[in-house]
Amino acid sequence: MKELKVLAVVIFFTLVTYWGVEPYAHSVMHKHIEEAKFNNFQYKDLKPVAKGNPANGKTAFAACASCHGLKSQGIKAPMDAVSAASAYGVNPPDLSNAGAVLDEKFIANFILSPTHTALVKKSGMPGGMASKQGAADIAAYLKSIAPKEVKPKEAFEFACGRCHAVHYDKWTQIGQTPKTKSDIKTGVDLAKLDFEKKVGQYQLKLAGYLGKLPPDLSIIVRARSEEYLKKFVENPQHILKGTAMPRVGISKEGYEKVYKYLEEVGDPSKPKREAVGPWVIGFFVIFTFLAFLWYKAQWKGLK
Amino acid sequence: MAHFDLNARPFSHQWLNDRLAVDTLKRVLSTEYWIPKNINFLWAMGMVLAATFGVLLISGIFLLMYYIPDTKLAFDSVNHTIMGEVGYGWLWRHMHGVAASVVFLIIYIHMFTGIYYGSYKRGRELIWLSGMLLFVSFSAEAFSGYMLPWGQMSYWAGMVITNLFSLGSLDLNGLVEWIRGDYVPGQAFLGRFFMLHVLLMPLIIMALIVLHFGTLRLPHVNNKDGEEFDFEAEAEKWKAGKRKESKVIPFNPVFLSKDTFVLGIYFIFYFYLVFYHFEFAMDPVNFDPANGLKTPPHIYPEWYFLWSYEILRPFSKNAGLIAFGFAQVIFFLLPFLDRSPNVAPANRRGLFSIWFWLLLIDMIVLSVMGKVPPMGIYTTIGTVAAWTFIILWIALPFITKAEKTVRGHK
Repeated sequence: MKELKVLAVVIFFTLVTYWGVEPYAHSVMHKHIEEAKFNNFQYKDLKPVAKGNPANGKTAFAACASCHGLKSQGIKAPMDAVSAASAYGVNPPDLSNAGAVLDEKFIANFILSPTHTALVKKSGMPGGMASKQGAADIAAYLKSIAPKEVKPKEAFEFACGRCHAVHYDKWTQIGQTPKTKSDIKTGVDLAKLDFEKKVGQYQLKLAGYLGKLPPDLSIIVRARSEEYLKKFVENPQHILKGTAMPRVGISKEGYEKVYKYLEEVGDPSKPKREAVGPWVIGFFVIFTFLAFLWYKAQWKGLK
Repeated sequence: MAHFDLNARPFSHQWLNDRLAVDTLKRVLSTEYWIPKNINFLWAMGMVLAATFGVLLISGIFLLMYYIPDTKLAFDSVNHTIMGEVGYGWLWRHMHGVAASVVFLIIYIHMFTGIYYGSYKRGRELIWLSGMLLFVSFSAEAFSGYMLPWGQMSYWAGMVITNLFSLGSLDLNGLVEWIRGDYVPGQAFLGRFFMLHVLLMPLIIMALIVLHFGTLRLPHVNNKDGEEFDFEAEAEKWKAGKRKESKVIPFNPVFLSKDTFVLGIYFIFYFYLVFYHFEFAMDPVNFDPANGLKTPPHIYPEWYFLWSYEILRPFSKNAGLIAFGFAQVIFFLLPFLDRSPNVAPANRRGLFSIWFWLLLIDMIVLSVMGKVPPMGIYTTIGTVAAWTFIILWIALPFITKAEKTVRGHK
């Protein structure tokens, strides 16, 4: 049929244009990535560590507790987030979930040499706080006390949330924005202002420490591709040389949790989109079928 | 004073006829608006465009209820309020964004259909010219709309495009500042582009659509063979029941039935994009909030502006602007640059056929080169393609002047 030939020509040129300005142009624009540098959060460049003893690790953790909290074991952080940021540039994390989110080998290596392991020039965490065996013991201890399962948001809070805000989910670098009430006569909300001041103080310290304030991640899943984010988190320096973003040593499962959280916040309509799509398209398939019958009826005997 | 039937019941057929001539309107605008029978689905693109404009208008109205034209709030009003908090806000936004992109695909198909079949001359010049005015208005509408989410690409595209008005070495920076209302894109800039997008440009577009329809009326719609015939006589045949012999069909319901079928197929394609493949119309870069201190590594316009952007890029500043200006106006001149009296499909017009396909391929090459970074081989290809574009248009009067008369129709 002649008309189908015309349609094929139109489709051909449309697809060529699409291919050229989308997949092809973007493949040229985005730097080639050495796949060998990435191995699905295996951290193959790090030395394997000896088998750790959790009981010894528990004792050795005393050294860590001078900066880190361990809420699940009843150890509180010695300083609040803002004071800690003043002292170290960034708030040292509570390590209750560390074993559930991070790679165990990474933890041990990080204790021995934070900058080498995180691939950054400086780190608030000092190196050499434990012997090789001690580091392995602490890593094993953190693994042993970690919850079996953490929620996506908990994984995010631990791995990313002290540097990155997610304001579409009311998350700040110092925690969840509290619900406050403003004074009914004046509209003043002192509790809110107090909290905002603390966030501001923290952000100033953090930006001073890292060179800039790390971006809010509310819709990062729309701004960067899934592939890019995954590779960036696994090896930031290889994607963006010189970035202050450390390799955080997240495990594969930990990253999947983080991505799930980011997708829930950044693309909340995804489940609805997938539910509504087939109905709308189904409607138009029926519409088109009926229109085809009408067209055939109207054009019958005209040619 | 017309005759009024005083006994007619209010809003009855007779009552309406006396006051609004509904029967005449219906006859003139639909049942006796004659369209050639010898057409293919490309003749439905006008209706597809009208429907897409309708989709843009309706989705735009819903978006307008929640969008906030404030540089501090715009980004979140789109990406958080509309995308996350408003019921089906995401649907309206994706429909709007995808339609804004797809409408240009259909415009280009519509334009190249017109060029291929020679539907811009011998009485049809104003159809072409009003259509080109629509193209320019849609471009302004698309550009102003692209500013509104106030992401990185909004900001930097706004910066680059408004900079063009300094007109190269003329250094009219005062004019650029006057357009922006500031030294750089800011609140004044966003406010005026918001106004352009939601009021002035849509008004102009709607007026131009009416004009475009109007220009079709006397010269009538072209047909696949560019055949000229007496519409009145053919219409009489139709009315006399000789439907097979008549070369025309009424707009309603015969032409409309085919349009509706094409529309259905188009909407399946369109909603597939809306639900499953919307990324091409929503550039990831624009999901980073506008930041005047951080230039994105690659700044490029949406795909439908790429070919003219690439005509600007390979040349030095002033020559590039002149070439860009040339690209913007040259399509308007098509009816006058085509010196051949033939109204026939390009494949029967000798050299013009080669000219047509070269132009199409060249514009696709330009589009691709307009997006890739200007370096190495891409710069060379871009430069050659830009010159090809210019030379093609300069050659057009000569090759059409030499064209032989196309005799007879198959």
